[in-house]
Amino acid sequence: MNQSAVKAARRWYWQRITAMGMALFVVIHIAVMVYAMNGGLSASEILGRTQGSFLWALFYGVFVVLVSVHASIGLRNTLVEWLRMSGKAAGVLGNLIALLLLVLGLRAVWAVTFGSL
Amino acid sequence: MSVSSSTLRVEVWRGGEQGGYQTFEVPRQTSQTVLDVVTYIQKHLDPTLSYRYACRVGMCGSCAMQVNGVARWTCRTHVSKVCNDNRLQLAPLSNLPIVKDLVTNMDAFFGKIIAAKGRFVGAHTRHDPMEQVKPDSPARKEADAGIECIGCAVCYSSCDVVSWRPEFLGPAALNRAWTLVNDERDIDGAARLAAVAGDAGCHSCHTQGSCTMRCPKQLAPTAAIAGLKRMTARAAMRGELEVKEVSR
Repeated sequence: MNQSAVKAARRWYWQRITAMGMALFVVIHIAVMVYAMNGGLSASEILGRTQGSFLWALFYGVFVVLVSVHASIGLRNTLVEWLRMSGKAAGVLGNLIALLLLVLGLRAVWAVTFGSL
Repeated sequence: MSVSSSTLRVEVWRGGEQGGYQTFEVPRQTSQTVLDVVTYIQKHLDPTLSYRYACRVGMCGSCAMQVNGVARWTCRTHVSKVCNDNRLQLAPLSNLPIVKDLVTNMDAFFGKIIAAKGRFVGAHTRHDPMEQVKPDSPARKEADAGIECIGCAVCYSSCDVVSWRPEFLGPAALNRAWTLVNDERDIDGAARLAAVAGDAGCHSCHTQGSCTMRCPKQLAPTAAIAGLKRMTARAAMRGELEVKEVSR
């Protein structure tokens, strides 16, 4: 059977699932920011709250994973349609970008949670 | 100015892909359709003009063309609805190769309906009793919603995804597939889902809705394609998309 069609259907599924997840995460992210920043916060005050917070790290760690998966699938489609790349080349490039987003994002989460002030 | 005394200036595409517009003057009539205008030109002004039509009443789907840049069925399109300043511009459907004048080669359009397994495959023969299908079952309602397609290719011509991804099956073929996967008598459902999944299939649709907006039968291929996306993704995740096709 046509494996590429199966893979495309699975990509679509994971892009939708991650989109649903991100919709929830974005709402929580913005709501917390608006609430926390209402009185004005300095950088050290923010870091004082995030340092060592396992819950914060978990929330943004999962968020980074969702973004990486979602963006890599979307970028793959964009590369195929706009730059007329082959599905294989676009897939490799999409995965590399996902890896980059994952490393940058998780590094930032690590630094804000466990890094020194 | 009364309608009958005025004249229409009609620009008509002539020739093949490298052709150009030729202007004709056609007397304006009351209740005149765009197909009436084309027929007048061919009958009275230039018998070499090529165009297609058959039924003239919106059943056969053969007279579609671009009217002022928008794909329409011309037999049911009144001039008064689409005419600006007594001017009309008529061109062949886009996204299909031009044969001559207003005639396109529709092989790709109909070929994709076959590629999407748009053919009904039943298990019964004429010796079996008639199958009972409940008209109010959810699946039958989905099938009924898309069944009135006349194959005019207005949706195909209006689809931006077809224009930038020529292998895309297009709204009509996918709509047809959706009516069949919802037909409980059909036994080729799994192979059909596999045929419409993937980059050339339903997952390429951007849900822009041009097909649904332009369909002269007020069908909603966008909704049909959304249904196929959900159904194929579910089948792929369950490993049900890799099924051998039924041969008959």
